[in-house]
Amino acid sequence: MKKILSYFKPYKWQSLMGPLLKLAEATFELLVPFVVAAIVDNGFGAEINGAYPNADKSYIVWACVILGAFGLFGFLFAVAAQFFSARTATGVCALVRKDLFKKVQSLSYRDVDKLGEATILTRMTGDVDKLQTGINLFLRLFLRSPFIVFGAMICALIIDLKSFGIFAVAIVALAIVVYAVMLICMPLSKKTQGKLDKVLLSTRENLAGARVLRAFCKEDDERAQFDARNEELNKGRKREAAIAAITNPLTFVLINAAIIWLLYNGAISVDAGNLTQGQVIALYNLMGQILIELIKLANLIVTVAKAAASGSRVEAVLQMQSSLKILPDEAESTQTEQTEKEPFIVFDGVSARYTDGGENALEDISFTAERGQTIGVIGGTGSGKTTLVNLLPHFYDVNGGQVRVDGKNVQCASLQAYLRNRIGVVPQKAKLFKGTIRSNLLWGKENATDEELWQALKLAQAEEVVRGKGGLDAPVEQGGKNFSGGQKQRLTIARALVRQPDVLILDDSSSALDYATDAELRKAVRTLDTTTFIVSQRTSSVRDADKIIVLDDGKAVGIGTHDELMESCAVYREIYFSQYKDGEEGGAA
Amino acid sequence: MKNAKSSVKNRPQKTQKKSTLKRILHYVGRYPFALTGCFLFAILSVAANLLVPVFLGDAIDCIVDKGRVEWETLSRLFINVGVAVAVSALAQFLLSLCNNRISCNVVRDMRRDAFHKLGNLPLQYIDTHSHGDTVSRVVADADQFADGLLMGFTQLFTGVMTILGTLVFMLLTNWKIGLVVVGMTPLSLLVARFVATHSHKFFKEQTATRGEQTAFAEEAIGGLKTTIAFAHEDENEEKYNEINGRLEKASLKAIFYSSLTNPSTRVINNVIYALVALIGAFAVVGSGTFTVGSLTKFLSYTNQYTKPFNEVSGVITELKSAFACADRIFELIDQIEEVSDKDNKALDGVEGNVALTDVDFSYDKQKPLLKDLNLQVRPGQRIAIVGRTGSGKTTLINLLMRFYDVDGGAVTVEGEDVRHITRRSLRQNYGMVLQETWLKNGTVCENLKMGKPDATDEEMIEAAKAAHAHSFIKRMEKGYDTLLSDGGALSEGQKQLLCITRIMLAKPPMLILDEATSSIDTRTELKISDAFNKLMEGRTSFVVAHRLSTIIHSDCILVMKDGRVVEQGAHTELLAQNGEYAALYNGQFA
Repeated sequence: MKKILSYFKPYKWQSLMGPLLKLAEATFELLVPFVVAAIVDNGFGAEINGAYPNADKSYIVWACVILGAFGLFGFLFAVAAQFFSARTATGVCALVRKDLFKKVQSLSYRDVDKLGEATILTRMTGDVDKLQTGINLFLRLFLRSPFIVFGAMICALIIDLKSFGIFAVAIVALAIVVYAVMLICMPLSKKTQGKLDKVLLSTRENLAGARVLRAFCKEDDERAQFDARNEELNKGRKREAAIAAITNPLTFVLINAAIIWLLYNGAISVDAGNLTQGQVIALYNLMGQILIELIKLANLIVTVAKAAASGSRVEAVLQMQSSLKILPDEAESTQTEQTEKEPFIVFDGVSARYTDGGENALEDISFTAERGQTIGVIGGTGSGKTTLVNLLPHFYDVNGGQVRVDGKNVQCASLQAYLRNRIGVVPQKAKLFKGTIRSNLLWGKENATDEELWQALKLAQAEEVVRGKGGLDAPVEQGGKNFSGGQKQRLTIARALVRQPDVLILDDSSSALDYATDAELRKAVRTLDTTTFIVSQRTSSVRDADKIIVLDDGKAVGIGTHDELMESCAVYREIYFSQYKDGEEGGAA
Repeated sequence: MKNAKSSVKNRPQKTQKKSTLKRILHYVGRYPFALTGCFLFAILSVAANLLVPVFLGDAIDCIVDKGRVEWETLSRLFINVGVAVAVSALAQFLLSLCNNRISCNVVRDMRRDAFHKLGNLPLQYIDTHSHGDTVSRVVADADQFADGLLMGFTQLFTGVMTILGTLVFMLLTNWKIGLVVVGMTPLSLLVARFVATHSHKFFKEQTATRGEQTAFAEEAIGGLKTTIAFAHEDENEEKYNEINGRLEKASLKAIFYSSLTNPSTRVINNVIYALVALIGAFAVVGSGTFTVGSLTKFLSYTNQYTKPFNEVSGVITELKSAFACADRIFELIDQIEEVSDKDNKALDGVEGNVALTDVDFSYDKQKPLLKDLNLQVRPGQRIAIVGRTGSGKTTLINLLMRFYDVDGGAVTVEGEDVRHITRRSLRQNYGMVLQETWLKNGTVCENLKMGKPDATDEEMIEAAKAAHAHSFIKRMEKGYDTLLSDGGALSEGQKQLLCITRIMLAKPPMLILDEATSSIDTRTELKISDAFNKLMEGRTSFVVAHRLSTIIHSDCILVMKDGRVVEQGAHTELLAQNGEYAALYNGQFA
């Protein structure tokens, strides 16, 4: 919670004012029984045969006016308290959300993979909302209830020392009950949360997998599974609720037992002339207030506990550090001298793996690329193609060897901005963002002119797409839903081209394009003066490259031109023939 | 029929829809015992609860002054209090159990109905509605409804009972003071209402802004890698912070205004309290019948009486949002189902005769897609479907599997219109592998045996070997028992191999392969081609592929363009025609 607490700093006095004003309000409430006692003891005068001939009527009126005034002042304090609490809660959570977003954006590819997009999103939305509710309630009520409870205890102390003992015992007993219930309920509610996740999983699966499940006629099985999970959840919920259901009756019994004890004691004291009737009434009323507050507190604890759990989940994200290694520049200076004349891009004995302790996804890869060259990367599924090109812009760290651009290690600090701004990446999965076609293209280069945009679109074979949608200002829906896969892919290619990058990485970016468009695209890219990496499974996409790297199970089994590889590399030949076979014999399906 | 169907879809559902309350009551009505218990225990607990202050007030009357304590009456009263408290506490506990039972079971039932609905929804609904939204109906909305229902049952019910009970007691004890309290009540309600309507406006604004922020965050996180690649973090942040600022303001207003309910009703209650104290004190002074104990009773009743009003106003807001949630669940439950196939007969003895006659179809009635499509397939034939993106290839498969129904014409299997046989029997005869692989959360084994649950492990391994999936499955952490969650760490290609294994194991009479090997590299593809060929031997199969080399041996190639079959024939014939197919085919070697 430490990190979250630091967000209260700008709201220091607001977060203090809230509870303080609330306490002021509570004080007025605590004073009410005293006024009532005063009416009985002082206003009525002595009782004679059930009548009060010496009653001080103006005293009674004034006492009641004071009661009303207490109510009004309490109201004003409460309103101010609510405002400060709301101000603090919303302010703190706005800051938390802001930092969360910033933090999430600073994470590396590997961190995002590890955490999962769904998790990140629920923490940024649901969890922060719960935190906000929790903070607000905490400031408003959480302090108020204990204050009233202890305040009532102190008031009892002022009135009568013996009664104070009863209050103390009652409060301790109540605290034990509330605490015990909490202790039992919390793990139970965690368990049921897990069961709810199962229900969620079933639902999600039956939407995402609707086609497959129906194709296999699994609807009934799925229903049975859901029903079982639903029932499990129901049982958990009921168990949880049954325990919570004990709390209220138990506190009710405890308080009333204390009241009986109190009255019994009071009766003895009054009988002995040590206490007045009014004071007994005051003690009784104070005990009643404790009951009300404790019930409120018990309900509140659950909400606050949930908020605390959300808070710690949020904090976990806030405390994450990007796992990407950035080296200081000095470490590089010696190397720069020796490697002054080395090629533009150098992979020097590079190994990489996705998870610590896992198998290497790439092993000992070495090759170089000169400016303006086209490098093809080919290989089967899972052979490490994407990993290879993701190392170049330093999206992932290497686990061995070095990737150098212009003689500098890509891990070195001064190179990071260059890598992000001068390399154009077209990822496998085309992603567009809500806005317009223009706003999406401008990601590549903030101040690009229309002319530059159209130039990029032309190169990416996307001119038609844009014209078909009604020009650069045509709207793009969330996630680019209003574009087909192929259209999205062409637009993401254009986005990368807008910045006229030094290095262009096409990571299987033409998979949704038909052969003709793909060929046109490659022809267009070849006219550019950029170093281009083309990742593909098709030999046709890479055959014109200056250098082709053939990957198999993370190892480079061949590096060379198409003709060289056809001569020397068995894997490449196999890939080639699996796609061509003289255009006659094809594989199945 | 076409018109009738579409008109049903467009007509708002409200007309026959029962009111939300009625429907909720219908669900609640399924638990008559708990419901009766609920009423009984509520009455019991409230009555006993109300008696406690009466006894205590009388008890205070017994403690007057030095030497003036009526011990006998006092001890009798204490016993009375004890009994009342015990009864009330027990009744409260049982009441909670009944309430929990009702609300938990009702929500379980609603959830079940909603989920069971999912399997009967037309795929059109699933394809066109946000999955996140549907999931939140089944999960989050149901939960919120449960909370609201529980709160409603416990607090609304006992609250109203307490108010009524207290009223009766007060009017009986002293009707004049009682009337003062009753007379002031509407004021408290009015204030609560005033605050609620005003804060509602701000809540709406908050919800809208929050939705906007969530949508933006969702997109930004979904595209996080792209953002990092384009160093677009600052721009995103700027936009996010702008929305965040607005959300902060909206939340502040919503939270602040809504939190005014309690203080403002409390201030009114306090004024009532002061009034009761004033009038009560004068009653005590003026008459011999209204004792100090009565005043104490009255004051604690005033507290008890006004408290439920606060609660009730809170509960009503809660119930309102609970009803809104219930509405969202009912909306899902009310969705029009697929045409029932209960009375249809099962398809059997499938050899593989499939025909499409004059088929018309479109997803969006404004944009016709398939027109007058005709196709005759004999047993064992291999039909390939090729065409550019969006030409309607996948649509054809949706019709074959009867994921969608045709708008005109008919799809027949063995001469039976697919609309006249059960979906189950139709789909069991097809084996399907799609481009978009989907695996269930479960073990590899569970996934593979999906199409043939009674398969032995040997059969499964044999199928996996044929599909070249065995080697990588073996290398997984727990082999065939490895748990796959959200696809696990498998690549698209590996997932596709698992989907292929699934079919190799099930060996259905007909096959549908929609870009089934699109994510598998061509070398592996070549390796599994033998197994595929063997599988397709004697089975009618439909193959969609953009890698044309894989389909040149098909018996018939359908070339689709803009929803029509523009060319139809064997590879060599089509090449000779030098039309669309030839263009596509030659294009891939460009």
